[in-house]
Amino acid sequence: MVAVKLEVSDLNFGYNGKTILDGISLEIEKGDIVSLVGPNGAGKSTLIKCIDRILKPQRGTVYIDGNEAAQLSSKDFSKMVGYVPQSTTEVFPYTVFDIVLMGRRPHIGWRVTGNDVKIVSRTLKFMGIEEFASRYFDELSGGEKQKIAMARALAQEPEVLLLDEPTSNLDIKHQLEVMNIVKKLVWERKISAVMAMHDLNLASRFSDSIVMLKDKKVFKVGDPKSILISENIERVYGVRAEVIKDSKGMPYIMPIEPV
Amino acid sequence: MSEDEVFDAEEVYARASWKKTLFTLVLFVAVALLAVFAISMGAASLGMGESFRVVLAQFMPTEEVSTFAQVVVLQLRLPRILMAVITGISLGVAGAAMQGVLRNPLVSPYTLGLSSGAACGAAIAIVLGVGVLGPGRYIIAINAFLFSLLTMVIVYGISRMKGTSIETLILAGVAMGYLFSAVISLLKYVSGHEELREVVFWLMGGLYTSRWENVIILIPTVLILTTILMRYSWDLNAMSAGEEVASSLGINVNRVRLTCLTLATILTASVIAFTGVIGFIGLVSPHVCRLLIGSDHRYLIPCSGLIGALLLLASDTACRTMISPTEIPVGILTYFIGVPFFLYLLVRRKRRWWQ
Repeated sequence: MVAVKLEVSDLNFGYNGKTILDGISLEIEKGDIVSLVGPNGAGKSTLIKCIDRILKPQRGTVYIDGNEAAQLSSKDFSKMVGYVPQSTTEVFPYTVFDIVLMGRRPHIGWRVTGNDVKIVSRTLKFMGIEEFASRYFDELSGGEKQKIAMARALAQEPEVLLLDEPTSNLDIKHQLEVMNIVKKLVWERKISAVMAMHDLNLASRFSDSIVMLKDKKVFKVGDPKSILISENIERVYGVRAEVIKDSKGMPYIMPIEPV
Repeated sequence: MSEDEVFDAEEVYARASWKKTLFTLVLFVAVALLAVFAISMGAASLGMGESFRVVLAQFMPTEEVSTFAQVVVLQLRLPRILMAVITGISLGVAGAAMQGVLRNPLVSPYTLGLSSGAACGAAIAIVLGVGVLGPGRYIIAINAFLFSLLTMVIVYGISRMKGTSIETLILAGVAMGYLFSAVISLLKYVSGHEELREVVFWLMGGLYTSRWENVIILIPTVLILTTILMRYSWDLNAMSAGEEVASSLGINVNRVRLTCLTLATILTASVIAFTGVIGFIGLVSPHVCRLLIGSDHRYLIPCSGLIGALLLLASDTACRTMISPTEIPVGILTYFIGVPFFLYLLVRRKRRWWQ
């Protein structure tokens, strides 16, 4: 049985009279990794933020498990959906443990229970960053920071994980590590992940489904093989590209020149 | 890293929490001890023993004490010491909450224009003799309080016009501070000798006017506001990671910001209305705590308050004893004590977070 976990229906967003998203509709199934791709300004990050209620769409509805998201209390909603920003800056000194513990905010009152501490500790272990527990966030590298931001979202125990360009500031090793964690997570916990992605080749390798955005609208949706073809890339990005198959038969994109 | 470093995250957390709790308790004891010490210090030569007998005599009527000692200890020293502690707590707590909610290490009641607003209100009352609520005994304090609140209303209102951006709010606060300072300068310029002197004293701040009736109003106010602010600790923690993350953790960012700013403003305004401008404590106390125990607001808020109390009580005790029987305004001495201490911590601690 395949269940629709998250549904976006006819979503519009804009500000100062400028439309950013125009009539976006999507369905995301349970246990799927979905990548949102498209050129700069296509609205990938904005769509992620609209789904997470960080931005309030002017029109349209987001359903999660068939419930209208806007009807849920912000606390209940934040127990279901976790968000990993593109980059995290902490103005003040916090330890890694304290930052991940913030992910428990939707679940706790004022007192931290032993259970919360266990969940944080388990999450750190899962991400392979437990040795950083007592380190200060600003002492860590970009890749480590990204993992900590993910750990915080995981500590929320969400059913849907939203990631805003999770690999854009990382070296190739950390890119692969982060993507492997997403994959493992979705597989082990049977959650869904939606990512805004710049890197088409990572999207191709790690996504079950790709949503191509163009000019504020959904251009095409489908599995990587059917979406990542030269014709689509030329029309969406304005770039002539050669698409070859990698060793696992997934499309590998080599951009040639702008048209 | 040392060999016996513990990698069990749960234990790391338990240890850190214990350390922070212990630190809070130590601060609490330090404030109490300093207060005890301060009771026996002063122009009138009453030793620690006699000072205590006076306090004890209040609970045990059998103790014999002189009326002179009673007046000095009960009417002069005790309310002043309590006032120093309460004011220090208020400024420290308000500073921590404001810095947290605005994600900015430079914010304090001073930088947001609240102190200048209060000073302007006080100066108007002193020089022109007019109060918002008409004349009366508390005309200066009430004017100062209301002008302080008014400043926050204006500053927040301006930031609302730009989508409640933090930058706009801080800059509007700084600008309002300058505007009020200009009004104060104008008032100083046109005022007579007596009024000028009084305005200058108010601007330097001092605890020499402390009275029981003020202390009795302020104790519950400060305790209640501090407790409410502490209940927002988790929201403040989450907000330091940015509005988007806070919002994704289920926090209504704008509402929390407005609530915390309002509470911190009332907290500040209600003490400086009585003491005059006491700068630096609101800015420095949270930083001292962050350098020592990190930024978790569950500990930061109470510790910042206690550090504020320690700094102000130490400064005030020094003020009234160093060149007794005269005294130096405490506003001056907080800088002399606070700045070197802060700079020492800043340079000595390896940790850095303002990139």
